[in-house]
Amino acid sequence: MRVPKGVALWVAATCAGVLAVLGIGAALQYWAAAPENRPHLVEVVSEGLPVVFFGTAMLMVFAGMAASWLFRRHPHAARQLAEQSRSLLAAEKGFRVATNGAPALVELAAVINQLADEYHRIEHDLESRSTETRARVEEERDRFAALMSELSQGVVVCNADGRILLYNPRAAALLAPAEPGRQGEYTPLGLGRSVLALLDRNQVAHALDMLQHQNGHVDRPQTRFVASAANGALLRVQVAPFLGAEQELAGLVFTLDDVGRLVGRESQRLRLLQSLATGVRGPVANLRATTENLASFPDMPADRREQFIEIAASEAHVLTEQLNAALLAYADALKGSLTLEDMRAADVLAVAQRRIAEALRLPVVIEDVDAELWLCVDSYAIAQAMTFLAARLANDYDLHGFRLRAGSGGNLGEIDLIWTGAIVGSDALSLWEGEPMRIGTEETPLTLRDVLDRHGSEAWLQVDKIRQISRFRLLLPRGQAVAPVPYRSTAAESRPEYYDFDLFEHIDGVGALAERKLSDLSYSVFDTETTGLEPSAGDEIISIGAVRIVNRRVLKQEVFEQLVNPRRPISRESTAVHGIDAKQLANEPPIEQVLPRFHRFCEDTVLVAHNAAFDMRFLELKEAATGVRFGQPVLDTLLLSAVVHPSMDNHHLDMIAERVGVRVIGRHTALGDALLTGEVFLRLVPLLAERGIVTLGQALEASRATYHSRLQY
Amino acid sequence: MSELRKVLIVDDEPNILTALEFLFRRSGYDVRLASNGVEALEQAETYRPDVMLLDIMMPVKNGYEVCQNVRERPHLAGMKIVMLSAKGSEAEINKGLSLGADRYVTKPFSSKDLLAMIDQLFDAGGTQKQ
Repeated sequence: MRVPKGVALWVAATCAGVLAVLGIGAALQYWAAAPENRPHLVEVVSEGLPVVFFGTAMLMVFAGMAASWLFRRHPHAARQLAEQSRSLLAAEKGFRVATNGAPALVELAAVINQLADEYHRIEHDLESRSTETRARVEEERDRFAALMSELSQGVVVCNADGRILLYNPRAAALLAPAEPGRQGEYTPLGLGRSVLALLDRNQVAHALDMLQHQNGHVDRPQTRFVASAANGALLRVQVAPFLGAEQELAGLVFTLDDVGRLVGRESQRLRLLQSLATGVRGPVANLRATTENLASFPDMPADRREQFIEIAASEAHVLTEQLNAALLAYADALKGSLTLEDMRAADVLAVAQRRIAEALRLPVVIEDVDAELWLCVDSYAIAQAMTFLAARLANDYDLHGFRLRAGSGGNLGEIDLIWTGAIVGSDALSLWEGEPMRIGTEETPLTLRDVLDRHGSEAWLQVDKIRQISRFRLLLPRGQAVAPVPYRSTAAESRPEYYDFDLFEHIDGVGALAERKLSDLSYSVFDTETTGLEPSAGDEIISIGAVRIVNRRVLKQEVFEQLVNPRRPISRESTAVHGIDAKQLANEPPIEQVLPRFHRFCEDTVLVAHNAAFDMRFLELKEAATGVRFGQPVLDTLLLSAVVHPSMDNHHLDMIAERVGVRVIGRHTALGDALLTGEVFLRLVPLLAERGIVTLGQALEASRATYHSRLQY
Repeated sequence: MSELRKVLIVDDEPNILTALEFLFRRSGYDVRLASNGVEALEQAETYRPDVMLLDIMMPVKNGYEVCQNVRERPHLAGMKIVMLSAKGSEAEINKGLSLGADRYVTKPFSSKDLLAMIDQLFDAGGTQKQ
């Protein structure tokens, strides 16, 4: 340990003082002595001088050591303790203060350490509790997302401004363009977008009015309407409000059902009824008038009688024809009741297979199934009926296995339960048809006949005596294929980004965009691939890819990806970069059709691109031809990178990605590059903030100031 | 014969025409037939029936139009109109009566009831030919 200069000086000064006192003492002695004694005195003093010096030196050493010892144990140790205590808060958790100072300081250190222990214990508690809570919230979110994904109804939730906070895949499917990539007037479903763009604005406004009217009078206000979506689907929309902490309207929940087919079936039934009602009245009237004549006037001439009998016969015939024609024309309306569902025959068989195998512990094989066949069935009842039959067959005829088959027979679907061996008489089937279906201990009052009636279907036994193969055949009404909902994994890393409740905090301040924080804005990050590098020399866009950033998240589900027919050749150099040649683009839409759609995708967002000047030049050159102007602010990741890392020369996208720690995948497609640019941009935002660049205005200004902004294309 | 009530039966179906013609003749009416709306209006002018039995669903001119046309002509004011129709919804009945029909009868109907109803119609309103 080094003794501070002050202490050394103090020790030196003490010693000098002692020497000075001794010197002054000697001098006083000298002056006080009689003059004749003075030489003698000098002699004595001179002789004792080494002893005096030695004594002084020893004194100095002792004084110094004492001072140093005291210093170490008191002020220095106290200061060290203070420093250590200060770093206690910031340092590793295991760090504790220690001192070899005075006993009082040692005691103090022990108390400080005790307090530190307590502090860290509390800190640890809080941390683990918050980690736990976070994990629970994450888990609940995932579970919620999974639930939403599984719903067969479309769900869209928006905040009080109509901005979408959440939607599920079914809603995305219901509102998707009828022909992907070809819809002109279509605004895509997306987080942060307005719900008014998806549904009829007036109908939503009317629904809001109704809800406001109900509020306070009705327990659970809700309203519904039927709307046609932009893609032509007929949707039944139910709207319910949800309230915030202070009972104010916090948002709306829209549930969407595709009622096009239901409505179709219902109106078909109505038409059947009407056609029967009006179609039958005429002939019946004629018949009645005729027969009443015959009855009322028995004395009529024979030729008249003959005539009336002929009329009666012909009207009866007309009536029969009419009835048959109506029933044939509306056969579809008569089958499926509303409890029946459209299902793939393969799924119906799979359910039946599982149920039979579980209930009877017998092997059940699906022999053949028409993958394209859809049935309109109550799958539970059908599986139960098949299991019941299999159980009766297995018990009464000692069968050891079954095969299942489904195929189409004309306008109906056929399901066969097949077995080899025992020949069963058809009287057995008619007996079973009327029995309540019992499988093991499970019993239902329903009979096989009930199930058949409910489906308007028939069943019979078919036996091939030579091959000893029997089949129980069930005819079922055919269903319509239901559009599949895209499957989404609910694993954490690929959690769908269909919801964003942080948008509740979203404030729309369009006017003061420049003052808005970069972290609060929504972005459309895009990239284009082109026929070459010279837009002014006629090079054209051949591909546009874009992704949205909302609330600091790249929404990988909300992307724009479209190839464009450039109507000109593509340079070999360009094809080498993106791998697209003119042949691939022959059937793609021209830029005049694509840009308006892209413009709608970018609505209400700030544009972001890497080397944006290049892409923007292409867009600007198309303004006149398409009438579409991209007037929103544009941020360039190349320029922002130059702002953040001014000393670096290389601002290629790959290099920046590496510097900010983004993994590079899927490059050189427009969408791949847009996704990468988006990730890079999100990493640049905090780095900009470190440099005091927080708002959009500041970012634009800093970009302008960098050297690279002077590049010209 | 001039004492007999005159009835004009308008329908595009020959079978009902035959049956009703027989019924009304036997019940003491003077009967004429028309098989569409235009014929019905011509007969209304020339034959001047006391009552017109008018089907609605007919080619050329439907029963509603015929009824409306008759009611627009003041010189035909005394003519009773009974609509006979296979269309039987409340809305259709309302429409027929609003356009000026005196009665609306849905098919099928009982011959006896129809005759009684027409008798009652004359008793209630009186006719030019008592």
